[in-house]
Amino acid sequence: MTDIGFVRSDLVEARPAPVRTTGAIAWAQKNLFSTPLDTVLTILGLLFLAWIVPPLYGFFFGNAVGPNGTVEQCRMENAGACWAYISSEMEFFIYGFYDIPEQWRPNIVFALGALLLVPLLIPKAPFKKTNAVLFLAVYPIVSYFLLAGGVFGLREIPTEKWGGLLVTLILSVIGITLSFPLGVILALGRQSSMPIIKTVCVGFIELIRAVPLITILFMASIMLPLFMPQGMTVDKFLRAIVGVTLFTSAYVAEVVRGGLQAIPRGQYEAASALGLGYWKRMWFIILPQALKHVIPGIVNNFIALFKDTSLVYIVGMKDLLEAVKTKNDTALEWQSGNTATTGYIFAAMVFWVFCFGMSRYSIYMERRLNTGYKR
Amino acid sequence: MSQVSETTVDRQIDTSHMQVSKTDVAIDVINMHKWYGDFHVLRDINLRVMKGERIVIAGPSGSGKSTLIRCINRLEEHQEGQIIVNGTELTADLKRIDEVRREVGMVFQHFNLFPHLTILQNLTLAPIWVRGTPKAEAEATAMHYLERVKIPEQANKFPGQLSGGQQQRVAIARSLCMQPKIMLFDEPTSALDPEMVKEVLEVMISLAEDGMTMICVTHEMGFARQVANRVIFMDQGQIIEQNEPEAFFSNPQHERTKLFLSQILH
Repeated sequence: MTDIGFVRSDLVEARPAPVRTTGAIAWAQKNLFSTPLDTVLTILGLLFLAWIVPPLYGFFFGNAVGPNGTVEQCRMENAGACWAYISSEMEFFIYGFYDIPEQWRPNIVFALGALLLVPLLIPKAPFKKTNAVLFLAVYPIVSYFLLAGGVFGLREIPTEKWGGLLVTLILSVIGITLSFPLGVILALGRQSSMPIIKTVCVGFIELIRAVPLITILFMASIMLPLFMPQGMTVDKFLRAIVGVTLFTSAYVAEVVRGGLQAIPRGQYEAASALGLGYWKRMWFIILPQALKHVIPGIVNNFIALFKDTSLVYIVGMKDLLEAVKTKNDTALEWQSGNTATTGYIFAAMVFWVFCFGMSRYSIYMERRLNTGYKR
Repeated sequence: MSQVSETTVDRQIDTSHMQVSKTDVAIDVINMHKWYGDFHVLRDINLRVMKGERIVIAGPSGSGKSTLIRCINRLEEHQEGQIIVNGTELTADLKRIDEVRREVGMVFQHFNLFPHLTILQNLTLAPIWVRGTPKAEAEATAMHYLERVKIPEQANKFPGQLSGGQQQRVAIARSLCMQPKIMLFDEPTSALDPEMVKEVLEVMISLAEDGMTMICVTHEMGFARQVANRVIFMDQGQIIEQNEPEAFFSNPQHERTKLFLSQILH
């Protein structure tokens, strides 16, 4: 009936329990000590940490003088970071020489900005169009009058007095929001079949890219007034904004051009064949795809812009870094071994927080927009 | 000639609506020449397509078939002669070009769906932004055509999630949503697996049955036999021969045509 040759009649002996595959020890075995080389590297790494962490911890926390400390504590031997200096000069770092009783005005600008920007960056938040109009059109005007004053009974505060983080943020936010559309237009212009537009765009991009930002800022602040009619001046602040914006837009244009070139010809043709005109073709079909490809490059430029705003010190403006430097040099009452270092560390931390935020947001957007090639 | 296939759809073609107009000209190409630099791609093309005609253009690769139909909606520019589509002559005037393109649908070899938009968005974009159709109406039309190409359930997916055959059917539906008077097919089945060719041909045949004016560049000789009322043979940028399919396949006149047919039909 059956041609099975062998049927087992008793149970196979139980095998030994598997070696641990979960838990801390198993994880360490697998990731830290799986080969002799790994073991050596792990030990070296631990030694390095043991060498570097305690002094760093001591400097930043252990021996540091807290925000409520005094300068005497900062001057003690073995004292770490002098956070008391930062907290006592915080107002200058944020507002520069902006009149102290009027500092509620920048505060409102900061709060309004956050209130409008955050929902704009959250894809699911409603009223995107209204929000965008408020942020891009209404907010700048309101902010300008609030900060500069001179109307509605607000005391006039000239831009020379603005400083610190306020200046850094104004320069970067305006620079980013203007250089992006300008860069896209330059990139499209560079691909144009119309010779004049193309020449102008290519010339502009190549000129700007061939010159350091410092030169552009110098040109804007020293050369430009020479060409102006007598008695007419353009605000120094405005000149810096224009310089930074033009500089970044040339770089953004080249990044966007790379994205445009990555779009297959078939996409242009299919859009054309449906009767979509040039601008609709670009707006609905080409740019959404092209810009998605180049998010990392564009954000790279924005991060660079954010940090480059500190170069405006050469035209006499006090951005965050320059504000810190000014205090380091002039606040004699706070002089101690670590005062200047702490100041620069503080500036670095502020820059890092903003740049890291931009970087994370761009990664988030890349993932979110990755629908096109979803399978 | 490996891409030539003889896929046929085994059903009776309903010819009741397949009437060729005797008086209404859909496309008129008159003494048309085109060059790519020094290379003379199209030489003295004369082609009159009547409303309701179903034309298949055949010929070896590089013969200018695709270039010819791409000239008809001005994806390519011609340098001499005239092309008149629905009574509008194609010139450098961008307005007129968009006018023509609105009425002429085109289906590409590689589908060219918009990968960042859903199927439904692919279908409604042009009706909304070119024709100004209200969104709800455009979506209703889109669903109608998706049902017609038998994939309404894919409406909210992205093109990358569909098979080649499905993508090509979406591409056909996308063109139809603009309610074109003429449809151009540029090797619509050449990039498809054999089993998907049939589903696309099925849709093309049903279009023909509705009386659509069609010009198809294709290697599907079975389709030519079943549906076309005229087959045009091109070689080296010229129209060598044109005839009804029966006569074209059984009794080719030209040496070059005979050679071509002997290579593709065994």
